[in-house]
Amino acid sequence: MLFASYGFILFITVLFVVYYLIPRRHQWKLLLGASYLFYYFSGPENLLYIFFTSLSTYMVAVKIDAIQKNQALFLAANSGRLSREERKAYRALVKSQQRKWLLLCLILNFGVLAVTKYTNFTIANINSVLRTVGSGTQLSFWSLALPMGISFYTFQTMSYIIDVYRGKHPAESNFFKLALFTSFFPQLVQGPISRFDDLSKTLYNEHSFDIQNVNRGLQRIMWGFFKKVVLADRILVAVNTIIRNPDIYQGVFVFIGMLFYAYELYADFTGGIDITIGIAQVLGIKVKENFKRPYFSKSTAEYWRRWHITMGTWFKDYLFYPLSVSGPMLKFSKFSRRRFGDGLGKRIPVYVSTILVWFTTGLWHGASWNFIVWGLLNGTVIIVSLECQPLYDWFHSRFHVKHTFGFRLFQVVRTVLLMSAIRMLDCYRDVPLTFRMLGTMFTRFNVSTLTGKALMGLGLGMADYMVLLVGLVALIAVSLLQRDGSVRNKLAVKPAAVRFAVYYVLIISILVLGAYGMGYDSSQFIYNQF
Amino acid sequence: METLLEILKELHPEVDFENCDTLIDDNVLDSFDIITIIAEISSEYDVNIPAEEIVPENFNSAKALYALIKRLSDE
Repeated sequence: MLFASYGFILFITVLFVVYYLIPRRHQWKLLLGASYLFYYFSGPENLLYIFFTSLSTYMVAVKIDAIQKNQALFLAANSGRLSREERKAYRALVKSQQRKWLLLCLILNFGVLAVTKYTNFTIANINSVLRTVGSGTQLSFWSLALPMGISFYTFQTMSYIIDVYRGKHPAESNFFKLALFTSFFPQLVQGPISRFDDLSKTLYNEHSFDIQNVNRGLQRIMWGFFKKVVLADRILVAVNTIIRNPDIYQGVFVFIGMLFYAYELYADFTGGIDITIGIAQVLGIKVKENFKRPYFSKSTAEYWRRWHITMGTWFKDYLFYPLSVSGPMLKFSKFSRRRFGDGLGKRIPVYVSTILVWFTTGLWHGASWNFIVWGLLNGTVIIVSLECQPLYDWFHSRFHVKHTFGFRLFQVVRTVLLMSAIRMLDCYRDVPLTFRMLGTMFTRFNVSTLTGKALMGLGLGMADYMVLLVGLVALIAVSLLQRDGSVRNKLAVKPAAVRFAVYYVLIISILVLGAYGMGYDSSQFIYNQF
Repeated sequence: METLLEILKELHPEVDFENCDTLIDDNVLDSFDIITIIAEISSEYDVNIPAEEIVPENFNSAKALYALIKRLSDE
């Protein structure tokens, strides 16, 4: 079921009404039923996958928790009898038992993700190697559909099980509550990737009807729909025209395509997250923010702290840190310092971890080389900018422009262009083609080809460009206003005439200016495919 | 504590580590700094800080970090 469809609007409307009519203690059960129904519409067979992940995670977490509790009881009962060394040895033994269960769960759940998402990519690479060595043998591809949202809910459940293992919170004793955490439907499409200790604070609570909360949630949903169906789905036409005709659209058009895709992805992804957070807010549930005005970032590292935040923190907490502080990496760190000195020697292990994490991030986004190269390029840019730090310091010691508006603007534009250029790998889906097209921006950049007629030839009319321009101004204005507080809070204190004018403009825009019309043929969210 | 302050000062000479207690909350230390600090602590104190201990409460101040080192070395 698409978010931007009449079916979905009907689905959440009925849910909102029933949610506040039934006894409050049953609200979370209704959400579980609604989530499984929503998932059923995406393909009944997908239910099996999510149920399996929920069940395996639940059982292993309960087991790990039980081992932890037994340990506490044993140590309390033998507090006077065990020496410090004996206690330490006992703890190590218990930890190794827990680790075995954790590993089992990781293998099971990542295994499902790996088989459904990466089998055909692996087969394609094996076939490529076989062809290269002159073998006539070719492996057949598997016909496996990727269950919707599997990357998101697998990561969410893995953060849960790792946190139980780390003792951050106890295991959830009610299987159905954990099943809701895994399947909470607004998040299934494209995240955010929630943490159990965060989402569970409001997910299972009893919620009374709060008109202000519902009102704010609905406003956020409308803003999300506006971004998705009015802006993202509109500009998508021009992006597709450029991307699908690389022989025709080169040079300046690749640059235009790059900027248009930056616009599309922002409107699409942040719009989807607005809808998700808005739905949750109407239900009285607090979901973590996933964006913090990312296109205002002054560096790549900062951009990744502000774009798809929950994915970035997931990789940081569950891969980057464990990898970087692991025994082998600390040994490598010591070796590196002996070999390369205290300066570079300290940084090399961090860079190795960075590249490994970005390789995985790319692979998470998609089972193809363009995503892997995309990830590696992001990691490389971060490392290069760190290595250039002495150069930046020298520059700023000579030229005192660091805090000027002009220099900050330059940093922001540079970061947006750099991220947008790397993201073209996501558009063309072909590594050599992407680099060839990016190359034409330097070799065939002829602005005179960018005529009004050529722009109309991208599939958009003058009215579409006007809508996109007004939308861009609105996006920038909202981002600027957000810097010192919630825009909805600011709107709430305006006179009723102003507030309702804004609501009507949003609603009418969505209904009249929606690129395809609501529910007609609205395209799926870009991040849904990941 | 002196050794720890030296490690921190070497990384960010401009920061008042004796008094600052918002090193993570105010983004004074980023994830690269944290990893570098942990590698230094491993080398200087022979204490390995596991990933689950990398939380703001343990890294927001030099005092908190030193308390963590003491706790892990006592365990």
